[in-house]
Amino acid sequence: MTVTDHIDDTTPAVDPPARGRRRRRRRYTTLSKGDRFWLGVMVGVPAFLHLILVWVPALATTALSFTEWDNLAPLTDIRAVGFQNYWFIFTVFDTNLFPALFNNFILVFWLFFCSAIGMLLAYLLDKNLRGGRVYQSIYYFPVVLSLAVVGFIWKSTMFSRDRGLLNVIWPGEPIDFVGDGTKIFQFDIPFLDFPLGLSRNFAALLIAMAWRHIGYIMVMYLAGLKGVDPALREAASIDGCNEWQSFRNVVFPALKPINVVVAVITVIEALRAYDIIAALNEPRGTEVMGTLVTKSLLGEGGGRVGIGSAYGVVLLLLCLGFIIWYVYNHYRETEQ
Amino acid sequence: MSTATADSVSDQELVRRSDGRRIRPARILLHTFLITVAIAWLIPIGTAIYNSFRFYESDTQVNGPFSAPDTLTLQNYRDAWNVGEMGKTFGNTAFIVIPALFITLFLSAAVAFACTRFSWKFNIAFLVLFTAGNLMPQQVLFQPLFQIYKRVPWPDILSDTNTGNLLGTKIAVILIHIAFQVGFCTFVLANYMKTIPKELGEAAAVDGAGVLRQFFQVILPLTRPALAALATLEFTWLYNDFFWGAVLLNQGDERPITSSIAVLNGQYATDFNLIAAASIMIALPTLVVYLILQKQFISGLTLGANKG
Amino acid sequence: MSEQPERSPSPSKVGFALNRRQLIVGGAAAAGGAAFLSACGGDDDTTATTAAPEATTAPEATTAPEATTAPEATTAPATAPPADLGEVTFGSNYSDEKPKAGMAAAVAVSGLDVKINTVDHNSYQENFNTYIQQPDDVMAWFAGYRMRAFASKGVVGDISDVWTGLGDMSEGFKNASTALDGKQYFVPFYFYAWGLHYRKSLFEEKGYAIPVTWDEFLALCEQMKTDGITPLAGANDGRWPQMGMFDMLNMRVNGYDFHVSLMGGKESWTDDRVKEVFAKWAELLPYYQPDANGRTWQDGANVIGDKSAGMFLLGNFITSNFDGATQQDIIDDIDFFLFPEINPEHGQDAIEAPIDGFMMAASPKNADGSKALLGSLGTKEAVEAYIGVDPSVVAANGAADTSGYNSLQQKAAELVGGSKYIAQFLDRDTDPSFAADVVGIGIADFIADPSKIDTILDTIEAQKATYTFE
Repeated sequence: MTVTDHIDDTTPAVDPPARGRRRRRRRYTTLSKGDRFWLGVMVGVPAFLHLILVWVPALATTALSFTEWDNLAPLTDIRAVGFQNYWFIFTVFDTNLFPALFNNFILVFWLFFCSAIGMLLAYLLDKNLRGGRVYQSIYYFPVVLSLAVVGFIWKSTMFSRDRGLLNVIWPGEPIDFVGDGTKIFQFDIPFLDFPLGLSRNFAALLIAMAWRHIGYIMVMYLAGLKGVDPALREAASIDGCNEWQSFRNVVFPALKPINVVVAVITVIEALRAYDIIAALNEPRGTEVMGTLVTKSLLGEGGGRVGIGSAYGVVLLLLCLGFIIWYVYNHYRETEQ
Repeated sequence: MSTATADSVSDQELVRRSDGRRIRPARILLHTFLITVAIAWLIPIGTAIYNSFRFYESDTQVNGPFSAPDTLTLQNYRDAWNVGEMGKTFGNTAFIVIPALFITLFLSAAVAFACTRFSWKFNIAFLVLFTAGNLMPQQVLFQPLFQIYKRVPWPDILSDTNTGNLLGTKIAVILIHIAFQVGFCTFVLANYMKTIPKELGEAAAVDGAGVLRQFFQVILPLTRPALAALATLEFTWLYNDFFWGAVLLNQGDERPITSSIAVLNGQYATDFNLIAAASIMIALPTLVVYLILQKQFISGLTLGANKG
Repeated sequence: MSEQPERSPSPSKVGFALNRRQLIVGGAAAAGGAAFLSACGGDDDTTATTAAPEATTAPEATTAPEATTAPEATTAPATAPPADLGEVTFGSNYSDEKPKAGMAAAVAVSGLDVKINTVDHNSYQENFNTYIQQPDDVMAWFAGYRMRAFASKGVVGDISDVWTGLGDMSEGFKNASTALDGKQYFVPFYFYAWGLHYRKSLFEEKGYAIPVTWDEFLALCEQMKTDGITPLAGANDGRWPQMGMFDMLNMRVNGYDFHVSLMGGKESWTDDRVKEVFAKWAELLPYYQPDANGRTWQDGANVIGDKSAGMFLLGNFITSNFDGATQQDIIDDIDFFLFPEINPEHGQDAIEAPIDGFMMAASPKNADGSKALLGSLGTKEAVEAYIGVDPSVVAANGAADTSGYNSLQQKAAELVGGSKYIAQFLDRDTDPSFAADVVGIGIADFIADPSKIDTILDTIEAQKATYTFE
């Protein structure tokens, strides 16, 4: 850790410790009519778009989940069916829903682990290493690739049983990383007549997802670390803190705001996961909520709007839980 | 970020500071670790890049993807470009992404400005609304959105369709991109703008500057780093979007670059090298944007994320 | 959709403009020459009527080509009037290079001013449900259940009057184009066949004979295994390729009528007859290339190409996996035979042959032009123009010139023409979502662990109850 670390830091003013003490905002002018009008436009136009195209559809989907409707039929054909769709997905389609929920659950944990690795890389790269920019670019590279491309790369060059790199390296019998849904571990759940567990192909997918996620989080933390006052770290080092102590006692607490952001991004990425799995053709064992929703709301099953919407609402509720937690944390802090 | 000078300065510093703490070996260890990770990171993409310059059926398929090449060729790139009609799809993507990007940034800046620089009854509520909206899964919005678009009249002269409504037009894709992405951008920009001292606005107000002038002449210029950061991220997201382009655009001629991969995937499912070539061409613009804006990217996000 | 990233491979290169869904969803049945038995007729109440004509026609012509040449004179139905009908828009999923060029040539035959909207076939199918709500005037689609489903929802147009001009289409094709209301909504274009594909040279070298019965088939598999060859290439990536195996086993064990009835949701999947199908399948699984679930059909085709596997149940599009420039010898060496007999009562009387063709929008912008275009696409000239560019499929029009067919095309025409019953494909013969999301998953689970078949069938039966069949 060096004194010169942030010598070229362009970050203006306000260091984190000052955050909490920032004075409460106050009205400093009385706004003219024209000003009020323009402020209204500035908020009104985006808010209108956002409400009409995001919130209204989300609420409509929620409403549709209590109905039966073929999307080719007129709107007047929408028929209320109460909780029937939910009954279907939780009982009849339980072999789809619960494994998907479980996989999402695994993903949450896994991506948190990946976020920690991303933080570690950021911490290491924040030392102004020679070639730091190169490392950073390499780690970030997967993030700029489109997911179709990522799926293609992993499926054909890495996972393929017949010629993927992983099987070229692997000394034993070839492993079917794409299609082998055998469970690595599994356990029984009282109300289900089949066990839940982590399947091999999903474990392989976790690697591909880590590849993308780590770089993304690393960049967020690099940004966060830029905001940590170098003087603090220096002080810690003068006080004789070792690397770990200074990280734990000084850097990590200062990163708290970005931790919240990263936590939310991580959870949402885990819950919304869809593309890579779809790019691999959703082999059995890798289903997640995102693929179930897409499959049943779009594509050939698109006619079953009610059931698709019910899957969608389950996903929406999961995301919503985190949205609320996040918003609460974030804006409460802001408002202090 | 680390500039070349900062690097060398700190390294000299290190040498001088060799006060018993074995910094040099630690650095070597660190580099070894980082290089190992970098290699692991590059293997998947490196394999794709390497093989994109080889023939598939006569070379890669016979000799394996990690063998020495028979010949190196640009043919895959030519074929991918022509068959994927990438000239056209790049144009379509530009038509969608550029307006969507600028309008999103502009509108988000406006909301963030109005919500953070002024106190009014629902300003926080609005911020919450935008932030939460951005975190929803997009597929969930599709069916109702489709019905809405079908009912919004839109003159055919403003689009390449002849249906008289928004459905199937690029405008429809641009609109949902804006509506959805405004959430994230507002969130980041709001955080950023809070760090700009109030006094700046007050001074302008005292000078008689109205809301608009404060926005355009005081706040917007100061927000540039955050805007650059967002531009990088949003460009990557919008550019790589496959979903909305595929579900909303009926006309093959209107589809974005991501559909080129779909076309090639259907046709050359076995010719990995050709698809790899297409993938690389498709990734180039986002990579270039990232490399150009890398520095602003980090410093811009910093403020947004950290000073909240 | 998907991202979407894409998806499963389509048999495109050689000119099958089908992709996973199309294949899966294969629609009605096609027969080469005069004989065309509509499978789709079967899933609905018209089953009986459709089956009849075919049975009669079958003996009539063994090879499609011949039967077809006769009526040539009658062909000219839609020598379409020139461009004064105005512009017609045409939604096409013929997105691969050859099919795209072929379709352009076929459309040009009409002499109309046609604006072709080509969308990659995967997205086209995935989004067809929404596309159809604001479609082009004429659009490419599949015969069978998938066509009828849209017809019964009133989103495609009645083109019965176009059919009055399609004199060269056999009765079977007409049945495959007819919806439950007895009207026609579809113009067939071409078809291709599914069967056990193999390398002629490999069979010659090793002295293998084409198996006709189940016992011979198992014996051949055993022999191949002894010879160090994987008997059956196994692919199921995308969860559709193995649907073909289910169809064949079911039609051999229980017959075509039961198959159609099962696809139509009228039979129970927990029925002993269905269990028997999976029992037979379980006998075959030891001869499969391992880990079929994660393998694409292209990788399956590769082991046929290098002769490390003996047989592969797939559509004729298998040849599209090989490069015409450098692997023509392999393409020429590939042949196929009918799935062997299991139950003597049914013999080898059924085959799978998906038909592709065209539909018209319910209210096209240019109705006259659309019908003129459809009439033209149904002519032998149009399909000949297509096959001239993309010689991998068999013309639906009975009068089309078949002299240029390669051996695989001829074989397909012959075998389909000689079959009493023609199915489409599992996902064309039933609700596509049921096929992909219920049966497809069941089959994948079965391949992963055949011992769980009872649970799997219980699940399928329970989930079936949430679907409405036509």
